[in-house]
Amino acid sequence: MEKLYDMLLQDCRFTGSLTSCINCGTCTAICPAAEFYDYDPRKIINIVQSKDETEIEKLLKSETIWYCGECLSCTTRCPRNNSPGLVVMALRSLSQRLGYFAESEKGRQQFALNKMLGTNILKYGYCVYPRTFHYDMFPEAGKVWKWQEKHLEDVYARLGANLDGEGPGPLRKIPKEDLDDLKKIFDRTGATAIMDKINKVSKEIADKEGLTEDEYFHKVFTETKKNHLNKK
Amino acid sequence: MIYEGKKKIWSEYQKDIPDDHYFYARSCIRQMFFTASEQAFLEITRKLMGKDIFETEHHTTCGGIAYHCDAIPQETSMTIIARQFALMKKYGYENFVCSCITSFGLYNETLETWRRFPEVEAKVKEDLWESCHLEFAKPKFLAHTCDLIYKYRERIASMAKYRLVNVKTGRPLRVVEHIGCHYSKMFPSKGFGGAEYPYVLVGMVESWGGEIIDYPERRHCCGFGFRQYFIQSDRGYSLANTYKKFESMEPYEPDMIITNCPGCTYFMDRWQYVIAETQGKTYGGKGHGIPVLTYEEVAGLVLGYDPWDLGLQTHQVGSEPLLDKMGIKYDPAKKYLGVNGKFIGEPEKSPC
Repeated sequence: MEKLYDMLLQDCRFTGSLTSCINCGTCTAICPAAEFYDYDPRKIINIVQSKDETEIEKLLKSETIWYCGECLSCTTRCPRNNSPGLVVMALRSLSQRLGYFAESEKGRQQFALNKMLGTNILKYGYCVYPRTFHYDMFPEAGKVWKWQEKHLEDVYARLGANLDGEGPGPLRKIPKEDLDDLKKIFDRTGATAIMDKINKVSKEIADKEGLTEDEYFHKVFTETKKNHLNKK
Repeated sequence: MIYEGKKKIWSEYQKDIPDDHYFYARSCIRQMFFTASEQAFLEITRKLMGKDIFETEHHTTCGGIAYHCDAIPQETSMTIIARQFALMKKYGYENFVCSCITSFGLYNETLETWRRFPEVEAKVKEDLWESCHLEFAKPKFLAHTCDLIYKYRERIASMAKYRLVNVKTGRPLRVVEHIGCHYSKMFPSKGFGGAEYPYVLVGMVESWGGEIIDYPERRHCCGFGFRQYFIQSDRGYSLANTYKKFESMEPYEPDMIITNCPGCTYFMDRWQYVIAETQGKTYGGKGHGIPVLTYEEVAGLVLGYDPWDLGLQTHQVGSEPLLDKMGIKYDPAKKYLGVNGKFIGEPEKSPC
């Protein structure tokens, strides 16, 4: 197999975001994830910069790379103009491509994310869409969303939306030819292949655990068994 | 004492964008949770300012949330974005304005990637043609919708029916401004005022009579975190970050919060509700939360729009304390009505 470091070099987010990190730790100091999780972006950058294949493989299979919130606050503050957040994104992409994401609890959550977001984009043309955003899955959306979801057509009409309607406007129906374009883009640029890979690997885990697809979705969406938090 | 150099440089920084003729791309989150804000933006820009802001139903999501949840590859998001830009050209425009901050960050990231890696741009061009048969184009100018409202802020002020002033005390309202991370943290020069001292919302608040609060966690992320919110078991991350911001701003007694990112508006509104529901704590005084508004909603209130036409009833934190301070007349009985006064029930009572 090709070296992991060489595979990372094929991702322009990696090559464009890492030029001689001095390990000052500014990224960790500013990082919202480092405060919440047992997470240190400085160490991640140190590992990839070392080109140590064993350590990079461990990283790709770890919980660690899934802790970042991609706010990219690190990018603003890095004195060397590096972007640790984009390096993490390159690591996550490679982890999924190689199937390593399945080795970690947080990585396995990609199944649910793919399911939710892939469906929304390909079926409706939106990343988030009111008909698939349910109060029982997102209770913090509040009592007001519970009410809004129950009266979706009426509330959106009151606010001037064009929910599922023809022509322009908020929440319009995206025409079929445009959804077809999105599907063709997914097929050509690798999104379909990654989604298929994640589905295949996740199905194997679900089968081993004796879970249906829905049960497995529920598990990765709701369960946390490990302690991921920053204990300091 | 010498005025802080860095602050001075950025406070005077103005990016160069035209004030008219834009191809407009909507935001998934803003359409869904702050629907009337996008309509207010179009009303203000098209009808009040007389600007040409073009929309077609054929544009789609930019894929930004999926990209930042690492659910789609960069090549996919870049090609979807190339398709949006191609539509801009097809309809005869060269300036692009988007409503979403995640999109704005990603459009900038994509353009920067194409600039630095011409071979990537060439590949996207080919992928776009093979998938959609559309001609590749790049915008001459890229703006966020808040940039345009910022540009028009003095004209809005000149038409104001209300100001960000407490009508009972005559004092300017104390305002927290929250800038979405992806507005300028990646590319400071792409935002008015840069990343540390962004001026885009400050300028609006000052022009409309308010006073900005500086507080320690002012630049801290709202806590969205993409996958850290969409996965239920990860939401502690999102809540903890919002909590940190509210604990930090509380001593400064803000009257309201204004944001330029629809995600930030949602999280700072909804997590206040969760904190109130679970901990019984509210941050706005007298058992109320701090109203969190989009800049379109604030502009709309200043211009005298009805709060319920602006959609403030779909926020979880009640906006009435703010409306009362500004002296805005509103009918509480109409808050939750549908079109033509249709009664459609009401949400359960909010703890904030």
